[in-house]
Amino acid sequence: MTIAGHFSYWITIFIAIAGLYIVIARGNLVKKLVGLSIFQTSVYLLYIAPGKLIGGTAPIIAQQFQLYSNPLPHVLILTAIVVGVATLALGLALVVRIKEAYGSIEEDEILEQDESLSSEPR
Amino acid sequence: MMAVVTVAIAVRRNLFAVVILGGIYSFLMATVLVALDAVDVAMTEASVGAGISTVLFLSALFLAKSEEMKPLHKPFLPLVVAVATGAVLAYGTLGLPAFSDPNAPIHQHVAPRYIQEGERETGVPNIVTAVLASYRGYDTLGETTVVFTAGVGVIALLRRLRQRTRGDKR
Amino acid sequence: MKDYLVLRVIAKLMIAFMLLFALYVQFHGDFGPGGGFQAGVISAAAIIFYAIIYGLPAARAVVPDWLVETMVGAGVLLYAGVGVVGLLLGGNYLDYFVLGHDPVHGQHRGIFWVEMGVLITVAGVMLKIFYLFAGRAEGGER
Repeated sequence: MTIAGHFSYWITIFIAIAGLYIVIARGNLVKKLVGLSIFQTSVYLLYIAPGKLIGGTAPIIAQQFQLYSNPLPHVLILTAIVVGVATLALGLALVVRIKEAYGSIEEDEILEQDESLSSEPR
Repeated sequence: MMAVVTVAIAVRRNLFAVVILGGIYSFLMATVLVALDAVDVAMTEASVGAGISTVLFLSALFLAKSEEMKPLHKPFLPLVVAVATGAVLAYGTLGLPAFSDPNAPIHQHVAPRYIQEGERETGVPNIVTAVLASYRGYDTLGETTVVFTAGVGVIALLRRLRQRTRGDKR
Repeated sequence: MKDYLVLRVIAKLMIAFMLLFALYVQFHGDFGPGGGFQAGVISAAAIIFYAIIYGLPAARAVVPDWLVETMVGAGVLLYAGVGVVGLLLGGNYLDYFVLGHDPVHGQHRGIFWVEMGVLITVAGVMLKIFYLFAGRAEGGER
């Protein structure tokens, strides 16, 4: 329960709230995606940081080392990064299509256009 | 360092600068991951986060415009929401084990078996590779399928109009 | 980018090493950091680099679209096929012990082919995504 013992969690939380703030506060869709990927890196830290053992080494077996960090979170996050970039590409593709359909990637302008469309009598 | 870059990303309105800062952020994250002994993950983060996703963001920015609009809403409400969420999360960490505690539950369950038996059973010294491809082969099959599906999704989203514009030219 | 002589020469020098490094990461992944995911991303990055310097049509001539699209599907099929081979040889799905004459050898073989499948899919998807984004940008310019 010391400050040093929980510092890694607090860094994680700072990154998470920074990402969350960008996603909520900014209307630009590309900026929102940047915020989402920052949020995602906080999840990487959340997984990796508890697996570290001070004095341990990377989990590659060698004769001269006895203590290794936990390999399981590494595996999970390794695949998560690649899946993350694939879904990021999907999001960017959606942004590009939205830009072509609405001529804008600002959330407010898109909502305005939607409202003016729905208020028009058919 | 990372805090400065993160705040800069949040504040800058020029999306081009934001994307380049995102690349810097990814490299910093990779160094942090090396310090946490996750060399495989650091390698992936450096090549994916700083390489591929920067290129993807830049090509998407080329298609959309690269200057962000001035936000219409006041930034205080989102800030309050974010900070409140963070406070709740920080309160939650009080119950978690301290950093590098060898008795934490994460080090007790399956990881010791991977470390002790992994090389003998698979003949692969890098345990991350052994777990990725062998012990958790189903997971990785699923992840590969997700990557495949995302690729197919992007193809479905971006291919059609391109062919139509080409058809208009002819 | 066609006028920058330095970039073109350096790129030509570096792309060979990038592909070599990708192969090293792939086949040395058993002993050092690396594996199919990283190798796929690095090899895709080498081709993307080539496309940025020399233009998209040049890259499309080297790695044509049909090849990339085949890679996207072939990797997943290869991965799933390894599991099916395990079934046919009398083991469980994705059971590598039956692939070789002794269990450790079988594990080696299984991991090798599975990582190969991951490499092919990841490289194919990343390249395909880049081609689509860049192809759209060029179409908008004209």
